[in-house]
Amino acid sequence: MIRDIIAYGVKSGWKVHDASQLSSDMHIDADVAIVGTGAGGGTAAEILSAAGLRVVLIEEGPLRSSSDFHMLEREAYPQLYQDSAARKTKDKGITILQGRAVGGSTTVNWTSSFRTPPETLAYWREQYGLPGYTPETLAPWFAMMERRLNIHPWAKAPNDNNDVLRRGAAKLGILTEVIPRNVKGCWNLGYCGMGCPTNAKQSMLVTTIPSALERGAVLLTRARAERLVFDGAKITSLRVRALNAGGITTSPYSVTVHARHFVLAAGAIGSPALLLRSALPDPYERVGKRTFLHPVVLSFATMPEAVNGFSGAPQSIYTDHFLHTQPLDGPIGYKLEVPPIHPVLAATTLIGFGESHTRLMNELTHGQVIIALMRDGFNEHSQGGSVGLHADGSPLLDYPITDYIWEGARRALLTMAQIQFAAGARSVLPMHEDAVPYHSLNAASKAIEAFPMQILRTLVVSAHVMGGCGMGNDPKQSVVDGNGAHYHAENLSVFDGSIFPTSIGANPQLSIYGITARNATRLAEQLTGRPALRPLDSVS
Amino acid sequence: MLTRRQLLGGGLAAGAALVIAGLAYEFSPDRALRDPHYRFVILDEEDRAIVAAIAPVMLAGALPAGAVEQVVRGTDVAIAGLPLHVRAQIRQLFGVLRFPLTRMFVAGIWHPWHSANAGEIAAFLQHWRYSPVVQLRSAYDALHQLLMAAWYGNEQAWPPTGYPGPPKVG
Repeated sequence: MIRDIIAYGVKSGWKVHDASQLSSDMHIDADVAIVGTGAGGGTAAEILSAAGLRVVLIEEGPLRSSSDFHMLEREAYPQLYQDSAARKTKDKGITILQGRAVGGSTTVNWTSSFRTPPETLAYWREQYGLPGYTPETLAPWFAMMERRLNIHPWAKAPNDNNDVLRRGAAKLGILTEVIPRNVKGCWNLGYCGMGCPTNAKQSMLVTTIPSALERGAVLLTRARAERLVFDGAKITSLRVRALNAGGITTSPYSVTVHARHFVLAAGAIGSPALLLRSALPDPYERVGKRTFLHPVVLSFATMPEAVNGFSGAPQSIYTDHFLHTQPLDGPIGYKLEVPPIHPVLAATTLIGFGESHTRLMNELTHGQVIIALMRDGFNEHSQGGSVGLHADGSPLLDYPITDYIWEGARRALLTMAQIQFAAGARSVLPMHEDAVPYHSLNAASKAIEAFPMQILRTLVVSAHVMGGCGMGNDPKQSVVDGNGAHYHAENLSVFDGSIFPTSIGANPQLSIYGITARNATRLAEQLTGRPALRPLDSVS
Repeated sequence: MLTRRQLLGGGLAAGAALVIAGLAYEFSPDRALRDPHYRFVILDEEDRAIVAAIAPVMLAGALPAGAVEQVVRGTDVAIAGLPLHVRAQIRQLFGVLRFPLTRMFVAGIWHPWHSANAGEIAAFLQHWRYSPVVQLRSAYDALHQLLMAAWYGNEQAWPPTGYPGPPKVG
């Protein structure tokens, strides 16, 4: 029997309020109010509450825990993801996987944990005036979070889906490496994306958030942060709308949160949207701009042997070879990984309908998929997207895909087919509506060269939303400074992936953990006037 | 006579279609699929006839006899789990498919849905899938994702795929 640490904690007296159960308005006073409970909010909550501050966490999604995680796509996607795992960009050209539950995307991600690449940090130092962002000065913060979340390279054998990437790349002389994962006692089941049923994944849900709740933090769920109230110098309160139990419609009740300091950690779509709804000063119109996605294209292979891509750690092998075949600011580079292959994810992703689609589904156990995550934001032709608002105040991301990105997408489709054929694929189907399964590299290459590259013809997805509240030393260019402090409201910080001035070029969770740990520690010291716990070897 | 532009302006252009995966029935999608007294949340009788006509074509070769009703119900549950602005866009899509003039001139379906034949429906899907009008491509994508999720989220769909279902834990 697996111990449901959340149910146990709630029973022991944690201050958790499900706003959908309110029968009157509510007021909360705290030292720090944190909007969002993902990688940024969770990390900040633990650090700030450990410093003795009274913390309240506001989460739009529900509190779900191991005993709710039944490894069923039909339950997990509507309960744990934004828009039932089908969040779309404005023109519907990109589908975004993003969490919406306590723990945010960390509750449903595939556990890959990379430090921010040195070349990304170098670009930030040069272009955005962030001298404190060196691999050396950040190393203690990354090391601290790696210890906290038990991040280690996956020690077991990769599953066959990952092994195809390793084998195919090896045949071509391309180096692959083992992915570090945030797991402890992992059962190697393969269902990280539906919420870990064994509490092995060291998500915010089972680490930092319980630790903050143990120290008296308040957690408000099914609660949508609607508006920060600004008095011209600082934020005075946060207006929160309760949702109904299903999480779709709003309840008549609201919650008003007063705090000394406010932290936005609602993710790179949610945080800029809250700033826009609040109409905070934005004299250079930077809020919501330069939002990055690591746009992903996919290649589906049918292997002679069974792959069973639904089973085993979903991501354990990667290659950065194609991030380094051209300069950082040259043609777009991409990281190669694989995704888990479950029936709904596969069926909705696989192109076509009717008999041809059914044939692919009936060979699902032999299916193998590689994904290419393109590193956007390092070239003048890759300015990312912009977050705006629907009439009802909900966020809308407009992300036009430029020719610069399409060129990389075509190159990536070709690369992935090469690797899959090198690994012995019987056929390769690039995820493009014009494609059919190709039985040779030659046929696949010819087809890929000729594909019209357009949205809703070339399949493009994303699981990494970054930017929109970019940091930097110049308020004309940036929303927050290098510590995540908002330039125009004195008691407001942003601690999530939205502060990245470009994409990361790797799965972003550890970048968010490490940078938030640094910035939240500085905030704790500022608010308490006392030194906070720091990693021993941190110098700045 | 409405022009194509007006049709798109009124029906699709404002947002066209969207998409989905997964099913939501407030607390238990499982209950929604089994409940003999299931009450449709989103789809009325006319919408259901459309889904029931498209499903055997979208999922040709995959649906056993009698499974169409499961797809129709799964589609309703899936839409019910989406934010209100997305639901509104799906409503617009069903509006285009229902209204006879748009059904004929935008979808190319000349018979009422219950009597449309499979070839006609396949041609409609194929036409939208490759349309130069991006809103029609996204409408195809919405139907694709909705119906695929509605069927493959259901364990009845799994045996032919070889997917064994989730492992036992605890």
